Amino acid sequence: MTWTFSPIETPGQLRWWRILKMLCLASCLGMVALAAVAIGAKAIPLGDIVNAVYAFDVSNPNHVIIIDLRLPRLVQGLLVGASLGVAGVLMQSITRNPLADPGLLGLNAGAALAVVLAIWHLDLSSQSSLVWFAFAGTGTASILVYFFGAAGRGGATPVRLALAGAALNAMLFSIVSAILITQRETMDVYRFWIAGSLGNAETATIAPLLPYTVLGFAIALAIARDLNALSLGHDLGRSLGTRMVRAHALTLIAVTLLCGTSVAMAGPIGFIGLVIPHIGRALFGPDLRPLLLAAATLGPIVLLTADIAGRVVLPPGEIEVGIVAALVGGPLFVWIVRRIRLGHL
Amino acid sequence: MVSHGAKAPFSVWRLGPISLRFEQRALVAAVGLTFGLLLVSLLSLSAGSYPMNALEALKSALGVGDQAHDFIVHQIRLPRLLTGVLAGAAFGVSGAIFQSLARNALASPDVLGFNAGCSLGAVAAIVFISTDVLTVTLGAVLGGVIAAALVFGLAWQNGIAPFRLILIGIGIGAMLYASVDFLLTRTDIYRAGQAIEWLIGSLNARNWGHVERTSIGLVLLLPIALSLQYGLNRLALGDDLATGLGLSINRLRLLACLVGVLLVALAVSVVGPIAFVAFVAGPIARRIAATSSAALGTSALVGAIVLTAADIAGRVALPETDLPAGVFTAILGAPYLLWLLSTQFRKGIL
Repeated sequence: MTWTFSPIETPGQLRWWRILKMLCLASCLGMVALAAVAIGAKAIPLGDIVNAVYAFDVSNPNHVIIIDLRLPRLVQGLLVGASLGVAGVLMQSITRNPLADPGLLGLNAGAALAVVLAIWHLDLSSQSSLVWFAFAGTGTASILVYFFGAAGRGGATPVRLALAGAALNAMLFSIVSAILITQRETMDVYRFWIAGSLGNAETATIAPLLPYTVLGFAIALAIARDLNALSLGHDLGRSLGTRMVRAHALTLIAVTLLCGTSVAMAGPIGFIGLVIPHIGRALFGPDLRPLLLAAATLGPIVLLTADIAGRVVLPPGEIEVGIVAALVGGPLFVWIVRRIRLGHL
Repeated sequence: MVSHGAKAPFSVWRLGPISLRFEQRALVAAVGLTFGLLLVSLLSLSAGSYPMNALEALKSALGVGDQAHDFIVHQIRLPRLLTGVLAGAAFGVSGAIFQSLARNALASPDVLGFNAGCSLGAVAAIVFISTDVLTVTLGAVLGGVIAAALVFGLAWQNGIAPFRLILIGIGIGAMLYASVDFLLTRTDIYRAGQAIEWLIGSLNARNWGHVERTSIGLVLLLPIALSLQYGLNRLALGDDLATGLGLSINRLRLLACLVGVLLVALAVSVVGPIAFVAFVAGPIARRIAATSSAALGTSALVGAIVLTAADIAGRVALPETDLPAGVFTAILGAPYLLWLLSTQFRKGIL
């Protein structure tokens, strides 16, 4: 099914069309953000939200809820959604694999294992120290999965990477389970952020991780042009002057930073990194420069929507956002696999 | 019967008007594996936090040991061992069936998400209906059938390409496991921290009731499964050849899938979604028996041995705690999967 609505004739027109779409996305994000603050076990009227920000009144319980609970949760949702979306774009671009996703390829499992080991052996529990282990775990897992997926002739095709990721996931999560079952104290600390939840957001946990996320975004934007060239194939990319080692290394660092901080903040959340690039590509095309911005906007939209859905479906409890993402992302993954024809994989 | 210098692939026994043809290597393998299973069983009876040597365990198993040992063996270890053996056999046969149907060693019920479906059905039954044995088993069966229908149905695009089947299985499996995780948050065992043990599969606290369930199920299903061996061998020759040999391939496929899913559902409802037993049993059995056929009987034995060995490892690995068997099957099975992937990649199969 192809869209043939195309009144755009010049690159200038294309740019304006894209800017218009970005503005629509941004306003969509604003609405979703507002909804994320207003909706919940206790519905808070919009007027109160504005007042809470500009005229904070400690005695008003609504204001307290907004400032202490909902706003940090919103900020965390924005950061995690944007990180996962951008990381997904980077991964799918560098591996030329439409099925790449931090959860599916085992990166989240690596981060989880590293964090659990840190909690267990080093008795750490603060975010700023755990995040380094999340980085180490994500980086190691990405190297491992690429190493296994690239074995044999033909390199790392999407199928091989997906299968290697599934095997890595199984192995790493089983080790995590083994440790958690035997170490009750570790389990108590770890349970705080597993299953991918935005529920325990506090400013104290977000603030130390912010610089790493910003650094990850900066690197991603910096290598966007190189990745554009690489998406034509490694040979063509090299002949266009891309420095291969630098591009690969910087992508690895950016993905590690983004995925590591998002796992450290909200636990392992899968499927966001998978579907955001596809939606972004459908709207903005394969050029990475607008695509990265689009992913940074679409990611929070999808993640916050999943979070809102998780909060309203079963009041007063909630479904963790990671579970909602898996429930919605699973069918989307299947749909993507069905759409891809043999030759394109 | 044996030509000079060549290894006879098969022998023929004749007794009057009856003649029986079998492969020597397969028979040797079966006998060897049975001995292996008995050995591992003895080990399982004697290992654990209350140590006893093999002779005492054997005497208790036969009913002539002393009282303290008897209690442990009869009430705890023997039912645990038998559950493990029977569930492992069910996993093994099911894995071999699906791997033979898909003609690819990667297409096993745990990779394809059937374990997840059975587990979702069982947990849903526990949460919404009751913990009654029959309900849980029926829930697991329903969950498994729905998962299989989903995966096969969604993978169907003018035929089923193995890679698409596996990828869709992974996706559906992830979705189903997330649902199980969600349902478990609604139960007491989540708060008690037992959810992880349930999700990864374990043989802890298995009693004679479990043994009864599994043996009834296996008595019904195993003969049917083993009788499929003939059809599966012919099917492996290719669709056209099999049809030419008089096989109704679609009926056979449907029956084989059904039996496979029922076996997995039986096993999962008793021990949880233990990964990789179904996956490794088939290839190991085929290698031991040096055959390219589905080797269902041998796979049953291998599956039983693997699960029992994983359980023993779980009990002796750490001094104070019992690790669930599922942990060890995953820790050992995943590297094997990675190795298998790299060899299949190198051969260009996938």
